[in-house]
Amino acid sequence: MSLKKINIENNKIRDLIPQVLTIIVLISVIIYFATNAQINMGNRGISFGFGFLNQEASFDITFSMIEYDGSHSYGRAFLVGLLNTLLVSVIGIFFATVVGVFVGISRLSNNYLIAKVAEWYVEIFRNIPLILQIFFWYFAALRALPLPENGISFNDISFLTIKGLYVPKFIWTNFNIFLLSVISAFISIYFINSYSTKQREQFGKQLPTTTISLITLILIPLITFLFLGVSLSFEYPVLKQLSSTVYTFDGGVSIIPELIALALALSMYTATFIAENVRAGILGVSKGQKEAAASIGLNKNQILKLVVMPQALRIIIPPTTNQYLNLTKNSSLAAAIAYPDIVLVFAGTALMQTGRAIEIISITMLTYLTLSILISMFMNWYNKKMAIKEK
Amino acid sequence: MNLIAKPSKKNIKTYLPIGVVLVSFSLLDVFINAFISYNILGFLPSQVSYFSPLILGFIGLYLIRIDFSGFSSLDNLNKNINSSNFNAVLSLITLFILIKSIPPLLNWFVLEANFLGNSKEDCTGDGACWVFIRVWFNRFMYGLYPDAEQWRINTAFIMLFIIVGISFFTSEKLKKYFILFLVFVFPFLGIKLISGGSFGLEYVESAAWGGLSLTFIISAFAILFCFPIGVFLALGRRSSLPAIKYISIGFIELWRGVPLITVLFMSAVMFPMFLPDGTFIDKLIRVLIAITLFEAAYMAEVVRGGLQALPKGQYEAAKSLGMGYWKMNALIILPQALKLVIPGIANTLLALVKDTPLIFVVGLMELAGMIGLAKTNPKWLGMAMEGYVFAGLVFWVICYAMSRYSQNLEKKLRTER
Repeated sequence: MSLKKINIENNKIRDLIPQVLTIIVLISVIIYFATNAQINMGNRGISFGFGFLNQEASFDITFSMIEYDGSHSYGRAFLVGLLNTLLVSVIGIFFATVVGVFVGISRLSNNYLIAKVAEWYVEIFRNIPLILQIFFWYFAALRALPLPENGISFNDISFLTIKGLYVPKFIWTNFNIFLLSVISAFISIYFINSYSTKQREQFGKQLPTTTISLITLILIPLITFLFLGVSLSFEYPVLKQLSSTVYTFDGGVSIIPELIALALALSMYTATFIAENVRAGILGVSKGQKEAAASIGLNKNQILKLVVMPQALRIIIPPTTNQYLNLTKNSSLAAAIAYPDIVLVFAGTALMQTGRAIEIISITMLTYLTLSILISMFMNWYNKKMAIKEK
Repeated sequence: MNLIAKPSKKNIKTYLPIGVVLVSFSLLDVFINAFISYNILGFLPSQVSYFSPLILGFIGLYLIRIDFSGFSSLDNLNKNINSSNFNAVLSLITLFILIKSIPPLLNWFVLEANFLGNSKEDCTGDGACWVFIRVWFNRFMYGLYPDAEQWRINTAFIMLFIIVGISFFTSEKLKKYFILFLVFVFPFLGIKLISGGSFGLEYVESAAWGGLSLTFIISAFAILFCFPIGVFLALGRRSSLPAIKYISIGFIELWRGVPLITVLFMSAVMFPMFLPDGTFIDKLIRVLIAITLFEAAYMAEVVRGGLQALPKGQYEAAKSLGMGYWKMNALIILPQALKLVIPGIANTLLALVKDTPLIFVVGLMELAGMIGLAKTNPKWLGMAMEGYVFAGLVFWVICYAMSRYSQNLEKKLRTER
């Protein structure tokens, strides 16, 4: 056996030992925990399993987007919680993006005052723990709102009170036809866009794509209203007297203060991070790019739309998706103010009632893991799509 | 025609005074309106008087927008807040909102606030009731820790400051020993002092700890432990050994994929199930483990960023000198990699400090939790605003100082590569 061969084999063994050791340690820890869990559950007379998901939950949830009451199952309660988590995340992501982009651009404004105000917005809201912001909005700011009888009225259509925001309810007739029309409008816009791209690339013709798309988007649904029997009416919230001093609103949709506080805090907090991403993205486009674009005769809007934004977006999107993910995970702080999200409903109430800690915590964590993986898969797909295609 | 000519250096003598007077008048109008709620232009129809400051200010700013006026301060002003009509309007609206928001804030915080007294009844003004903070201050700082024993927490923190202070001013040679003492000996000395139970100190159970001091204790220990674990995880993720690599990846991604609150729930309700019946691990320690592992995963990703940014030549050079894996990482790779990611490390530590209030889910009460307790006290109902504003200010000062310090450190350690 030559010296070299011995050396290689030595290396192989040297590599193998730590790996085998790690795996052994890991497996023994898992076995140790599993046996303990089995003994503990045996002592308490519960067995591992997910059958409880079909049992009657027998607790109520204050806010639900699907039909739910105590007679439904734990599985349904889980679904209610999940939907509530997604609802507050989507609302939060929308407003965080709007505010974040606005503040991020403002920070680059050549107006000193605007830039300073935006900078202080970021410094203030980024450096206060999110949970304190949620507490502040929920326990301090929203509690200062008036009682229903003196609610702040927006044109007598919506009312902001201590019990939440009351908005009109949409009552559709033939909603399906309307939905189809919107979908078909989007499909036709897709075709218009690809046609105009072809025109531009082949003949150098610029079509007013944005205007045409907008018209399509308005026109097609409008036709359904005029000819296909779609109509929309509103049910407005009306003040109702329950007893001599207690008032409430009847009808409409009530948006509970927990949701408002949570969405407000989440979007204000996350907006600061998105603002920093936007700023970094726009600063990351080198000056030479803008100068080159100007030198071939593009005007200011075209430079922004065709040269700066595509490159800036490439820098902005990945960290911003990360922030969306953080926002979704942070929405679990809902448990602190009793907004019925997945953590409060499932890892809170359901766990208290069933005592099935291992199953319920695992399901909750797996749900968040799945959400994380879905969002990062989307991010990877988008990154690939936006990546520079070198010819 | 001179009056409607474009403002320029020629007509500066007429335009500048008129413009300055108009802008000052519009600001004065808003100012007086905000502070003594008197409307100078109240004799005008309401819509006109409502918009008059904006209109007057806009005309004024238009008149003083003179390029190359010869006055450097005017040029600066124009460049910064008055470069176009749009900017002028934005500046005016921002200024008006700022001026308008001063009086209510000033009133609430200072002018109509109550500072003296011992109970809620002493708060007669419309503003904040700082009496609340004053009365509860001790609890906000020390939680339910017995009053007579609080000197122990103070001593621990004062010792910490003294050691840190001394180590700043000693020579490099001694500094090393101070840092080693600070990292390996002091934390355990300090925690012994605070928990007691020996050396004639009364035992104080961790359930009684709380307030801002608990925030500091948890942050300090979590930072201490999460950093080395994070570094090892990062090295593990970059390892060429598949078993170690994939275990590290799985571990990191698992913690990064779930919210901290579920991890804390896990440490509170699920973790005891995994231990032999009858074993009891203190709640505080369980929480500390949970936070440490959670933040270590984030730290690992930050450190990995630094490791990946190092050019391959550094590894090759270290190997060509005959260094082994550990020596190479300890002496060549990590010092450079960590320096590269100081902002990331600082952000992770900042996130850790901001996450500490979450321990309320397992029933431990640091500053935010104590405020939650105090505001539900029947004698002090309705004090949520004061409490959370106070807590927000405290956390803001801590976090802002940390982020500033990290920015300075980054500048100081920046070396040309």
